[in-house]
Amino acid sequence: MTSLLILPVMLILVILVIRGGPAISWEFLTAYPIKGMTAGGVFPALAGTVFLVSLGLLFSVPLGVAAAIYLSEYAPDNIFTRIINLAIINLAGVPSIVHALFGLGAFVIFFKFGTSMLAASLTLAIMALPVVIVATKESLQAVPMAFREACWSMGASRWQTIRRIVLPNAVSGILTGVILEVSRTAGETAPIMFTGAAFFLPFLPESVYDQTMALSLHLFVVATQVPNVPEQLPYGVALLLISLVLVMNALSIGFRVRFRNQKKW
Amino acid sequence: MKQASPKTIRSIDQRDIAWFVDKGVQVLMFLGGISAIIFIIGIFVFISKEGLSFVAGRFDFVEFFTSIAWRPTSATNETYGALALLVGTASITGMAMLIAIPFSLGAAIYIGEFATGKTRETLKVLVEMLAAIPSVVWGFIGLTIMNGVIIDLFNVPIGLNVLNAGVILGLMAAPIMTTIAEDALKAVPDKYREAAEAMGATKWQVIRKVVLPAAKNGLVSAVLLGIGRGFGETMAVLMASGHSINIPGSPFDSVRALTATIAAELGETAVGSDHYGALFALGIFLFLITLIINLTADVVVRGIRNK
Repeated sequence: MTSLLILPVMLILVILVIRGGPAISWEFLTAYPIKGMTAGGVFPALAGTVFLVSLGLLFSVPLGVAAAIYLSEYAPDNIFTRIINLAIINLAGVPSIVHALFGLGAFVIFFKFGTSMLAASLTLAIMALPVVIVATKESLQAVPMAFREACWSMGASRWQTIRRIVLPNAVSGILTGVILEVSRTAGETAPIMFTGAAFFLPFLPESVYDQTMALSLHLFVVATQVPNVPEQLPYGVALLLISLVLVMNALSIGFRVRFRNQKKW
Repeated sequence: MKQASPKTIRSIDQRDIAWFVDKGVQVLMFLGGISAIIFIIGIFVFISKEGLSFVAGRFDFVEFFTSIAWRPTSATNETYGALALLVGTASITGMAMLIAIPFSLGAAIYIGEFATGKTRETLKVLVEMLAAIPSVVWGFIGLTIMNGVIIDLFNVPIGLNVLNAGVILGLMAAPIMTTIAEDALKAVPDKYREAAEAMGATKWQVIRKVVLPAAKNGLVSAVLLGIGRGFGETMAVLMASGHSINIPGSPFDSVRALTATIAAELGETAVGSDHYGALFALGIFLFLITLIINLTADVVVRGIRNK
């Protein structure tokens, strides 16, 4: 049964590589799309995805790590903490298109950011927040209680203990979660469609208030919206996107395995 | 002997800079902690705010849930019947569960009960990688590869239909369901298995009569979360379902999903128009459905812990 699940996907990946492989070249990665996006490269889309993801990390990592520290180090075991945990689970379950509606209603219209990289990356950040919180919380809780108790008994405050003992011991786990978040947000399409990603822009964004192209939306556009696209182009974009995501994912898994083997306790 | 002066008493007390920093940080961390609650409420408030004018004005409860006519752009008489969209989403999700439940349950049983050591780790990593494939890539696979396969295999004129979107969605939902189901199997204490084995039960008998019943709640919540994913999935369903308003009579009919309707039409509407408000109303509906499904899944899981 497991192989039945994995084999078709492997087959699909192989087809993607065979059909999309020839499209990938240095020029494909570094050139702008030309002739109504039926030729040329994907450079602005690739750069836009990098911008959106990094900007999203700026918001979600501090917030997510703070939330995880609160839940792991401060929160009492009561009904309020249960509600927080329930909210995190539900936030992870909110459909991506509802996040898009929220991003449009809140960031684009109410906060008047307009359709911009800022609005899109904030939307992505909120969507990815549960991933960061859960991964960080797990790695904080993996630090043995004895480490904290030893530190407290030396007269350190709670925050001194967290900063000097707990966080340094959990940092590789947090990093794993962050890379995982990158791989998730890089592939998201619906949340950025109406909040900041553009179909086609012949230039790179200059500030966070500009729109940008994105690789995921670009795949949707060349696969469904643009007529007369040579067949290998969308396969190339799909292959590029999936490689990006899977490499990030593999990196995160590799980190986790190394971290687990290195643990001294 | 002299009494200790108030000054020394205060220095023993820990209210120095570190104390204040500690309290300050605690407040900051608390604010981070409640952010998830704030965002959940914020999402509901903002989508309701945009959808309010429609729900309060043009919205007709009976029409919304019983009419299949979703014609928001009609020049003379626009109608907002979401029944076909709801049936479309439900049929795709149902098809997806037909595929994902046996696959993910089988995979979870194999990974949790049979596989050991390196095989087990490798399989878990592969399942995790599966979960990472972006929705839009799945949609593209449905649009190109699956479309051709279905046309050839079943000799039908169009391959973008319930079957296509269901298979794609099933493959997308299976990894998360596998992971949760495997956790549920792992939570069954080993002594249950040992007791059954000591009675002479075979491996399969142990799984069927002891492990599966004991893990029932976790398995049900895995299915519920899979259904939640199915209702909320957007890009893959938009690209693979055919996107035509239809009450499907067979798996080979094209349908349109709630999520896909929002994604396809929101870009063309004017902010504040009825059509715009109607799409937000669909969003509110989706938000509430997924919220209920997720809360139910949580209650079901809690059922095992309390036992």
